[in-house]
Amino acid sequence: MSDDGNNTPQPGNGSRRNPLPEDAMPKGGVNAPVPVAAEATPAVDPRLIIRQEGVKGYLGEFRRRVSSGELGSLPVVLALIVIWAVFGSLNSTFLSAQNLSNLSQQIVGTGMIAIGVVFVLLLGEIDLSVGSVSGLCAAIFAVMNVTHGVNEWVALLSAVAGGAVVGLIQGLFFAKIGVPAFVVTLAGFLFWNGLMLQILGASGTVNLSGHDIVSRLYTTIYGQAIAAYALAAVGVLLFLGAALLDAGRRRNAGVPYRPASDIALRTIVLAVLAFLAAYTLNQYKGLPLALLIFLIFIVVLDFVLRRTGYGRQIFALGGNIEGARRAGINISWIRISVFMICSTMAAVGGLFLAAQIQSASQTSGGGNLLMNAIAAAVIGGTSLFGGRGNTWSALLGALVIGSIQSGMNIQGLSNAIQFMITGAVLLAAVVIDSLSRRTQRAAGRA
Amino acid sequence: MTGSPVLALRGVSKRFGAVQALTDIELEVNAGEVVALVGDNGAGKSTLVKAVAGVNQPDEGVIEWEGRPVAIHRPQDAQHLGVATVYQDLALCDNLDVVGNLFLGRELMRFGVLDEVRMEKRSRTLLDTLSIRIPSVRIPIASLSGGQRQVVAIARSLIGSPKIVILDEPTAALGVEQTAQVLDLVERLRDQGLGVILISHNMADVMAVADRIAVLRLGRNNGFFDRRSTSQEEIISAITGATDNAVTRRQARGTEGDL
Ligand SMILES: Nc1ncnc2c1ncn2[C@@H]1O[C@H](COP(=O)(O)OP(=O)(O)O)[C@@H](O)[C@H]1O
Ligand SMILES: [Mg+2]
Repeated sequence: MSDDGNNTPQPGNGSRRNPLPEDAMPKGGVNAPVPVAAEATPAVDPRLIIRQEGVKGYLGEFRRRVSSGELGSLPVVLALIVIWAVFGSLNSTFLSAQNLSNLSQQIVGTGMIAIGVVFVLLLGEIDLSVGSVSGLCAAIFAVMNVTHGVNEWVALLSAVAGGAVVGLIQGLFFAKIGVPAFVVTLAGFLFWNGLMLQILGASGTVNLSGHDIVSRLYTTIYGQAIAAYALAAVGVLLFLGAALLDAGRRRNAGVPYRPASDIALRTIVLAVLAFLAAYTLNQYKGLPLALLIFLIFIVVLDFVLRRTGYGRQIFALGGNIEGARRAGINISWIRISVFMICSTMAAVGGLFLAAQIQSASQTSGGGNLLMNAIAAAVIGGTSLFGGRGNTWSALLGALVIGSIQSGMNIQGLSNAIQFMITGAVLLAAVVIDSLSRRTQRAAGRA
Repeated sequence: MTGSPVLALRGVSKRFGAVQALTDIELEVNAGEVVALVGDNGAGKSTLVKAVAGVNQPDEGVIEWEGRPVAIHRPQDAQHLGVATVYQDLALCDNLDVVGNLFLGRELMRFGVLDEVRMEKRSRTLLDTLSIRIPSVRIPIASLSGGQRQVVAIARSLIGSPKIVILDEPTAALGVEQTAQVLDLVERLRDQGLGVILISHNMADVMAVADRIAVLRLGRNNGFFDRRSTSQEEIISAITGATDNAVTRRQARGTEGDL
């Protein structure tokens, strides 16, 4: 009856339609603000087209990213280069193989905790208990293994499971009862610290045997030169294989894919970095097991975040809770599980930190550990506002903080200066985060 | 028009405590038809939409789907039937790209991992069929204009191949140019045989794309109008209640009988 009304021009109602402003607009102009010749290349990804132009394409891509506020890890990489250049020029020992090797081991504890913080930050939440939880779980391991002679693996698993339980409890209060995460984890910050002191008992310090599994995980260094090079080779080949596989599937499916030159360029950059790192490590003692484990955690959890449905749901929740809810995502479950991941990573980090000082003591998980872990995630490029970030920012941020500490120690500067500089770097990171968020918003309202 | 309408509401009523939000509402939507739902603020438009979308259940009355009475208890029930709703606040995730938003909550998987390639391909096909052009399906929603977001939200509702699409004030926050884009898209949906319920305050929009216009007033039907034989003034007076008289009543019955 009525569906032919618009298709057949009728003078009667045509006259009623003509005055509409919309009618003067070009029809089919859904993309009117976009200046590309859309008719010729329907919906093709402009970034990929640009990339085919090589270096110039990268510059264009770079400019596009800067102007739209998608900076990602760029600022922190620049910061790292500056920090290394400054300390390296002040004192050559900073860039020595020994110092960099030690640095790669020392950042693991804080870095592991920062990985967990990244997950919570992706939701736009915060976990203030990670420091206390790391100390608590180190104490669980030390007391079980050393004081009570429990099997080292059982003690290790208990400590990690303890972290998961802490996350479950905090997550339940946050997700089910609706207590703000800030408050729940602030309470946890005190409570778990108290529980740790309780567990450590009167003496207050439990020394590790030095031969237990946790100590070995930290102190083991693969001295054969082949170990570090093999790891670099495996990493580069995995990257190359995945990139080629993806490009192949995309080409077959007829969607834009990375050109071979682009893949080659990325692989070469990665290879140079990986083998340079391997070479440096081999110049000293070799590949530290702790670094290897750290990298495995980063890669696996990065995969979880970017390639699985679960990871997609975490990002969705961080982007728009209402949107996530309407898409049928189980909000409570995501929140609880993310807090569990965070506390579990805090436990893992705590174990590495205990191994580093060979004990669990009353000061474990205290000091500026909490602030450093959160700062590492944020400095590494994970947004405080939720929805943007990745696990690699834990590595980059921990490297920045670790480099500042190491460089300051070499210079013989006091903690006072160290804190001030780290604080300034954190502030800079948050300023960049806020500015890029503002730019993105502005770019969004065309 | 042969056969029964895709969606029909028969005598639907809904009350919230002391507020009788809907009383004896009748509404029919056919395939390939745009029905505009208009009415003053508080007339019950959103409540009506929520009843169809499964957000809340009507107290009385029957919702018929392709001639058969159906129970819509949850939003999922409506989605399974083939009702897609685009709410006024689009609820897109700014940080996800277009593909991520289109498939949010029903991602395509391959070996337990997101199948980005297949999702991207289907996104392109979908956007191409709707003649929607955006700079890239891989840029975050944050960098799209308001009109482009609205269009993505509508496209997203089409992923599940619905038969009825409900748009709650899709042009309220848009400029002239962007409104034109969305109205174009509404016409394309109709051309593809979908039934569209369009809620709008803007009479120009309604007159531009609607085939029929259903007026709600204080939770009751206040006339059905065929767009080709109605003037904007008649509809406005039905909305404001200025013509709550025999003429509109007769016209309303006449239009219904026509179906
Ligand atoms: N959840 C609710 N609880 C109580 N009253 C409601 C609720 N939703 C809507 N109403 C009432 O129902 C009436 C119709 O509202 P609504 O459907 O939102 O109108 P419209 O969308 O046409 O502006 C209003 O009087 C409103 O106050
Ligand atoms: Mg409303």
